[in-house]
Amino acid sequence: MQMSEKNTKTLKFKIVDCLLLVCIFLPIIGAIVLEILTRAPSEGISLSGAQIFFTIDMPIQKLYITEAQINSWAVVIAIFFLCLYMTHGLSPKANTKRQLLLEWIIEQTEKLVNGNMGEAFKNFAPFIATVIALSAFSSLMSLFGLYPPTSDINIIAGWAIAVAAIITYYRFKCGPLGYVKGFCDPIGMLPLNIINEIATPVSMTFRHYGNIISGVVVSVLVGAGLQGLSSLLLGSLPGLLGEIPFLQVGIPAVLSVYFDIFSGCLQAYIFAMLTMMYVSGAFNIDEFEIRKKKKELKKIKKANGGN
Amino acid sequence: MLELAIGIILGCCALGAGIAMIAGIGPGIGEGNAVAKACEAIGRQPESKSAVTSTMIMGCAIAETTGLYALVIAILLIFVAPGIMVDVLVSAI
Repeated sequence: MQMSEKNTKTLKFKIVDCLLLVCIFLPIIGAIVLEILTRAPSEGISLSGAQIFFTIDMPIQKLYITEAQINSWAVVIAIFFLCLYMTHGLSPKANTKRQLLLEWIIEQTEKLVNGNMGEAFKNFAPFIATVIALSAFSSLMSLFGLYPPTSDINIIAGWAIAVAAIITYYRFKCGPLGYVKGFCDPIGMLPLNIINEIATPVSMTFRHYGNIISGVVVSVLVGAGLQGLSSLLLGSLPGLLGEIPFLQVGIPAVLSVYFDIFSGCLQAYIFAMLTMMYVSGAFNIDEFEIRKKKKELKKIKKANGGN
Repeated sequence: MLELAIGIILGCCALGAGIAMIAGIGPGIGEGNAVAKACEAIGRQPESKSAVTSTMIMGCAIAETTGLYALVIAILLIFVAPGIMVDVLVSAI
């Protein structure tokens, strides 16, 4: 019975599957084509920021649409279709590899969030999973030869400001008075607490950006050094023989495994962990409960008084 | 004369970047201590390996921050500062 049901689904199911798979890779291929079309011809190896495609005039400052933003949107669209692909054809009984993998991911994320943030924040698992996926896939974009959005400070500053907004929201959960009181907690520490509040997004930005950009700088320096060395060793040979970049084969790949894959995924994990720690640290759950009870009591009193 | 001034600006920016990266010593020592202690803890209690490892990675990431501040300053000094300084110099003349 089950087999026949599966067979009737097969053709339509497979077509939709293939379409979704194509949609995952389409934005990345588009970004690669754009990169090839607009890349400025450069001599040797050079370090440069994101390419600016066009600028829009805004009242305060010009708005630059750069490669980093385009690639970031490509990652977002790719992750969107990846999620559609993973959730396509779910069944109550997990019988496909895809569904088992998906369930494993969701289980792990919920375990991580519950372990680090507690029961009050169990709705945070999708957000944390989004942060990890966005950061990790953005860093992995460099494997396609694209400009990774995480090596542009503006993109990460945007994420860190979003996290800071969430932190402030959870501080306000105990009311405006509780928010002010939280700043004066050890009496007279107001300026330090304000600096601490500003330093949170700044340090999160610099940590992620610094790790990725240091990898980029070291890779470029090693590449340049190997180019110089191989031309020094073989430069005296005539013709094409002298231009064989034999030292540049293999060694940069080892660096790429560490800096692009390991460091990128580790930074995604650390960014998510810090988000969880800061957000759960900003929320004073005991005070919130007390406040909630007081409000309920007031409501009951009002209702009684009105009667 | 202008060439000399630009040369001094470029040289000082490079020197400043190099001096800023002395800050890399601190995170190196700190992370080394953290990893050494983590290894000791795992050696004493092998069953708590995963918890110790994840805590150690978090600690390392936070200890790394000061070094990364220095790195960002150094990158600004090498790639951004010379252009701004030379612009200021030319407009002053």
